[in-house]
Amino acid sequence: MLLSALIFLPVLFGLAVLALPKQLVRPVSLALSLVHFIASLLLFRNFDPTSAGLQLVEQKPWMPDIGITYFLGLDGISFWLVILTTFLTPLVILGSWKSIDHKIKGFHSALFFLTATMVGSFLALDGILFYIFFEASLIPMYFMIGIWGGARRLYATVKFFIYTMFGSLFMLVAIVALMFMAEQQLGQMSSSLLDWYKLEIPFVGGELLSTQTLLMFAFALAFAIKVPMFPFHTWLPDAHVEAPTPGSVILAAVMLKMGTYGFLRFVLPMFPEAVDYWTWLFIFLGVVGIVYGALVAMVQPDIKKLVAYSSVSHMGYVIVGLFAMNAFGTTGGLYQMLNHGVSTGALFLLVGMIYERTHSREVNAYGGLAKVAPWYTIIFLIVTMSSIAVPMTNGFVGEFLILLGLFKAHPIFAIIATTGVVLGATYMLWMVKRVFFGPESAMVKEHAAHGGMDLNWREKLVMAPLVTLIFWMGLFPNHFLNYSKSSIDHLLENRMHYQLQVDNSSSPLKVVDQRGVN
Amino acid sequence: MDQNSLLFAILLGAPLVGFFINGLNFRSHNSKLSGSIATGAAIISFIAAALLVKELIHLPPEARQIKSSFFSWMAVGDFSVDAAFLVDAISAIMILVITGVGSLIHLFSVGYMAHDEKPAKYFAYLNLFLFNMLLLVLGDNLLVMFVGWEGVGLCSYLLIGFWYTDPAKAAAGMKAFITNRIGDAGFLIGIFILFLTFGTVTFTDLLSRLPSVAEVGWTGPITLASLALFIGATGKSAQMPLYVWLPDAMAGPTPVSALIHAATMVTAGVYMIVRLSGLFVLAPNAMLVVACVGAFTALFAATIGLTQWDIKKVLAYSTVSQLGYMFLAAGVGAFGAAMFHLMTHAFFKALMFLGSGSVIHAMHEEQDIRKMGGLRKQMPITHATFFVGWLAIIGFPMLSGFMSKDEILWKSYSSSAGHPLLWFVGVVAAACTSFYMTRLMALTFWGGSRVPKETHPHESPPTMTIPLIVLGILSLVGGWIGIPHVIGALIPGHPENYLEHWLAPALATVPMEEGSSILEFSLMGISVSLAAIAAWFAFDFYVVHPERPKAVAAWFGRFYEAVSNKYWVDEIYQARIIQPIVDGSKALWAYVDVGFVDRLTYFASDVVLGAGGMLRSMQNGRTQQYALYIALGLAITIYWVLVG
Repeated sequence: MLLSALIFLPVLFGLAVLALPKQLVRPVSLALSLVHFIASLLLFRNFDPTSAGLQLVEQKPWMPDIGITYFLGLDGISFWLVILTTFLTPLVILGSWKSIDHKIKGFHSALFFLTATMVGSFLALDGILFYIFFEASLIPMYFMIGIWGGARRLYATVKFFIYTMFGSLFMLVAIVALMFMAEQQLGQMSSSLLDWYKLEIPFVGGELLSTQTLLMFAFALAFAIKVPMFPFHTWLPDAHVEAPTPGSVILAAVMLKMGTYGFLRFVLPMFPEAVDYWTWLFIFLGVVGIVYGALVAMVQPDIKKLVAYSSVSHMGYVIVGLFAMNAFGTTGGLYQMLNHGVSTGALFLLVGMIYERTHSREVNAYGGLAKVAPWYTIIFLIVTMSSIAVPMTNGFVGEFLILLGLFKAHPIFAIIATTGVVLGATYMLWMVKRVFFGPESAMVKEHAAHGGMDLNWREKLVMAPLVTLIFWMGLFPNHFLNYSKSSIDHLLENRMHYQLQVDNSSSPLKVVDQRGVN
Repeated sequence: MDQNSLLFAILLGAPLVGFFINGLNFRSHNSKLSGSIATGAAIISFIAAALLVKELIHLPPEARQIKSSFFSWMAVGDFSVDAAFLVDAISAIMILVITGVGSLIHLFSVGYMAHDEKPAKYFAYLNLFLFNMLLLVLGDNLLVMFVGWEGVGLCSYLLIGFWYTDPAKAAAGMKAFITNRIGDAGFLIGIFILFLTFGTVTFTDLLSRLPSVAEVGWTGPITLASLALFIGATGKSAQMPLYVWLPDAMAGPTPVSALIHAATMVTAGVYMIVRLSGLFVLAPNAMLVVACVGAFTALFAATIGLTQWDIKKVLAYSTVSQLGYMFLAAGVGAFGAAMFHLMTHAFFKALMFLGSGSVIHAMHEEQDIRKMGGLRKQMPITHATFFVGWLAIIGFPMLSGFMSKDEILWKSYSSSAGHPLLWFVGVVAAACTSFYMTRLMALTFWGGSRVPKETHPHESPPTMTIPLIVLGILSLVGGWIGIPHVIGALIPGHPENYLEHWLAPALATVPMEEGSSILEFSLMGISVSLAAIAAWFAFDFYVVHPERPKAVAAWFGRFYEAVSNKYWVDEIYQARIIQPIVDGSKALWAYVDVGFVDRLTYFASDVVLGAGGMLRSMQNGRTQQYALYIALGLAITIYWVLVG
């Protein structure tokens, strides 16, 4: 029941806030989101990291005629993504305390629905159920950008919606095809992932249009747009620039991960031959994304757009890590998903905080911010270090493992990807230099005259957990990796004939104490 | 925790604690308090280092290693790295230099930064640097070394741009970080190759798994790894072609230049190669590259030094040049000589940087040597100590710089990996060094005063002069622990080359030609005489006949112009590399993102909207629902095509 609770609690919360008097919406939402986060921490008690099987499984028939089930489960691949989602919601609510000033009920309600759909996507193990959550997450995000967004929000929302819908349609087609295929091979229609893993999907090597290849690309397209991979990334900068801060944070920190998660959960294990045949394409696009995203980020005049393009670059690392198909790369890829969630989430929060004060995101309008906002500068620099993967921060662990894995699999691509290490430092530090250093610009002076440029206690409270995580994940990555290790090893070892067992040994009531560190 | 682990913890922990105390109190203006905390932390660290080295001395020479592992940092697949530290003969020298010279420079900073606005922040960064530098040299594996390697880069960035309100200084910090990052990318690739070839990143395991036969050609894993690591070294240690950040790094406070950009951080590349000497000797081609780059950089930077007018820029190019000597030594297999020069250079160059700091302090931030002159009268202690540093660097016999530089020159001639040409380049660079350092002495301290009337130079306070005196003594006698055999044989008591004995068990060797002592003395004689002649010329030019330099410069014409413009290297990088990348990126954004991908999207969405409009007119506008029907219909069709 725990997993269902994690999905449906926020739905309830989302309805509940609608009934609250306006002045209570923020504090109650914050409290409820903390309840949700604490509930998700129960997963630590009930999850056995040594098992590669599905845990805390809930399976109930839903539409038995066509084999659709309500099927939830957790393993090492989804574990941290669920925690990341529940962890960010309270921070986002606290972070948007001041910036969201109209229709706050609707906003918090949308945020809770969004959380529910995201958690649902990571927990669903039925193809149709996954698809529903995956698509449903678009709706609250659509409203978030469309109602609380910037000046060109309509353009951005339509672009965002069309892009993602376009990809999802192909996925839906593939899902239906797989359900029929299950009927043919297993005797009955099914949309359970466990059944899909058992399918023998015809693949003819070297043939462009064999069934497995088509299905693989149908899923891959949907996920590639979500990630977003080059060249499907152009919705992202617009969506980020127009989205309100909380929308940007959730979009970057969690929603993009739904794409990379999809690769890990669906594409790699379900279509192994097709993936093997086309690995070079994904690696190629990933490497292009790393370099291209970094280069274009470098010349952005808008800070938020710069961070958005840096996401394209960082997500390129995730993709090449996953497709390196060895323990280093795939582990690094998974870790980088979390890193990106923490550091890019933090960057968007920080950009939002300064935007609230100056109402400008123009890099050139800033200058000398370090002098008037020292705490803000320190935290921004720490997050920058995490983003450019300086050792002892989380970013380094992910980037190092990814590049090591990629070097093992494709050394030449790895050498090209390593230029991202230099370019990443370039665009971030160049921006830092122009925004924080030098003499104070006219705009900064003008706003500093009113005082209050530096972070207040509420904002420090928002950033503190993120900064803590940056160092914790950088210094003790084993604390985190231990939870995913079994699942990743299992995936890599059995990828050609992947099966996932339901692990009944860990019932929700049993206290598991093998949570060994190291 | 056993005693040695405790010593490691204190050694590393003291500066870290100092960093946190001053860092959390970063707004404090109390330079005495923050300076005392930071200096105290550095001194505690020095004591711990000395105790560790004492433990090391008690061990038999072949077993001189103390290890301590704190926790498992990263363990993925068969890749496992511990936060583990190792002190052996090589890192022993480093930790003593870092914490010893470091303490002196901290002490100097108390006076130097007395009137700064944010001394606590400065001292926090300085302590953080010590911590990272110690990580770098103590790491028992490549990855911990890399942590320190990037960490010192970060501190260097923060300290170069310490006075960030000046955009030029902030830009210099950024340039340093990014240039270093290019090297770091190479370092990473080196780590990848070594791990994937030998299955470990721990130094001792790695060295024990190396083959016994040297690689031939260029494409073997050892050669490639050595070259990739050397790219890392060229970044951190400011060698061709990545040296460009170091002269700009002089934008930082002068004690920082002394500590980071002369004595410690910039020698990290040399240290890394010495640490991996067993690896490098198996890659003779890589060694040749190291030696050639080192020799070329030594000469190249020395020529630029001839024409600079900024006291710190002269010292900066001198540092680049002296680092070149260290790489020359490493490249010809004289790893001990490289470490020796690293150590003596730390003494005399830190001395001269602090001396220049004392001068700049006295001159109210003036750095142009054309506006100095005759300062020996107002600043006797600074002058006397700088004088010792000058004698050391130009290679005055029996001073520290002479001992180490002549050992390098001799080895580059006599080693089986050396070549007379390398020796020749080294000697020419030594003559240039002698010229520009004498010129610097002459223009700053000797001759008549050109100090503007409103400036009243004065000797610096004791917190600044005491470190100068200590470093002066070290520059004077520090070379005696590595006294060359031929000289030791002549001196009563026949002192041995202690340093060589100390380092020998930890280093790989390259066969050295025995060579006669007559040859060695002759070569020594040539280099000393050339240096003396160059010094005499400089003295003549800048003290006796001040009108001559102009005439000589005119005589050199275009060549003088090239040298005084630093061969336009920065301008070439800007025009040929940086600008094209920026322009290209703008083009990518405009033509690929906006011009192509987005256009394609608009086209696609027009089609969709057109279709939607059609449906709306037909069916009351429930587009969403129809999209679903279309998809389902499509799905069934495709299913038939594929499966049925």
